[in-house]
Amino acid sequence: MGKKYELVVIGGSAGSFHVILQLVSQLSEGFDLPVLIITHRSRGKDYQFINILNEKTSLTVKEAEEKELILSGYIYVCPPDYHLLIEKDKTLSLDYSEKVNHSRPSIDVTFECVADIYKEKAIAILLSGANGDGAEGLHRIHKQGGVTIVQNPKNAEVPVMPQRALELFTADYIIEADEIGETFKKLNI
Amino acid sequence: MESNLISIKEEELAMLLTDIKNKYGYNFKEYSETSLTRRINRIFIINRIPSYAELHYKVLNDTDFFGNFLEAVTVNVTEMFRDPLFYVALKEKVFPQLATYPFVRIWHAGCSTGEEIYSLAILLKEYGLLHKCLLYATDINQEVLEKAQKGIFPLSAMKTYSENYIKAGGTQQFSDYYTANYGHAKFDTELTKRMVFSSHNLATDQSFNEFNLVVCRNVLIYFKRSLQNTVLGLFRKSLAPLGYLALGSKESIRFSEHDKCFVEIDKKNKIWRMEKDVSEKQ
Repeated sequence: MGKKYELVVIGGSAGSFHVILQLVSQLSEGFDLPVLIITHRSRGKDYQFINILNEKTSLTVKEAEEKELILSGYIYVCPPDYHLLIEKDKTLSLDYSEKVNHSRPSIDVTFECVADIYKEKAIAILLSGANGDGAEGLHRIHKQGGVTIVQNPKNAEVPVMPQRALELFTADYIIEADEIGETFKKLNI
Repeated sequence: MESNLISIKEEELAMLLTDIKNKYGYNFKEYSETSLTRRINRIFIINRIPSYAELHYKVLNDTDFFGNFLEAVTVNVTEMFRDPLFYVALKEKVFPQLATYPFVRIWHAGCSTGEEIYSLAILLKEYGLLHKCLLYATDINQEVLEKAQKGIFPLSAMKTYSENYIKAGGTQQFSDYYTANYGHAKFDTELTKRMVFSSHNLATDQSFNEFNLVVCRNVLIYFKRSLQNTVLGLFRKSLAPLGYLALGSKESIRFSEHDKCFVEIDKKNKIWRMEKDVSEKQ
């Protein structure tokens, strides 16, 4: 008999960085779901992203490595300029194929894997961003029975991304940046 | 709209791969499944194939279509001076050693449409090494090899490539290396003269020479660990003593049984050097 939920996946683009910071800082010690973070990061920029996130949580934040098994206690950040895939055995894979929605990594690509592999055991969060990447992927997670959480477009720095998702379907939760802790409590995680 | 998208099922994939192996000899069973599945699903859309049955039929009965299938199912995305810092590292840490040899053989495994081998040739030329190098460029896919051999790339890409070239430490005028015509850039035959193109299947083919440098970037990520191990063994057989191995920026030899044979030369840019006494011979 497995856990009710097995994975949290977060997708975001422009305007999502500070939301992710807030979100991660609300993950308390003992949070026992692995977390994947996919953001539209440009290659060639030296990011302190992972270091900054590590300061906010006692969970281990690291760059996702190929063939790595997804484990609780970890927050995996997709490297820039690769798509992040998940294999059936719940290991991570990197892929350098064509951009999807003009993006690599594409949030849709990862969300689709999550939908197919984790189904109703997935919790997916879509944040601020300037294009529709992630909307269809989130919809697929919803159709497979996963929990879908969307940042409120009204207060998102760049509303396009969450807005597109909400045009496709009704998400389970529409939240402000500082409400994730509360939402996770409602989900008993 | 989404409900019209065809997704190949697990059993169908297994059947297709078995039939391809039996008919054509290509073994895709050791390729990472999620990526392979995505690419096949993409083929349904691009070629407007309405069902798995139709795909299966065409793949096995239409050799032209199989050629297209092969090109579409492998990832051929590439660009010139991709990961410019990798080329900087090659120049700093590998070229000086190559310069000490009277003759240099380099193998670019999985060269796709050739952008990276032309990048390497350009930097070797600027370093004064090209004249004594032979660059072997191989790929599983005959179609992309033919493109690579021509050395013709879209002119529209040259602006980005020029920027990459500068970041990679290029010292000349990038546009001096090609002539522009009808929206295309044709690269200098002086570069192509040092290249040998050949089809080669990393999963099934043997070692065919001994090299001072083997470059294989963003190919291993598409293989399961067992196949990665096999390929690294192949590279070991193909390296001259103290030869260099260069992989893609997110690839590693860490989980392979061969990792003890290599010394890390550049951790970030994924360059290793093979230890002297451990090259595997036939």
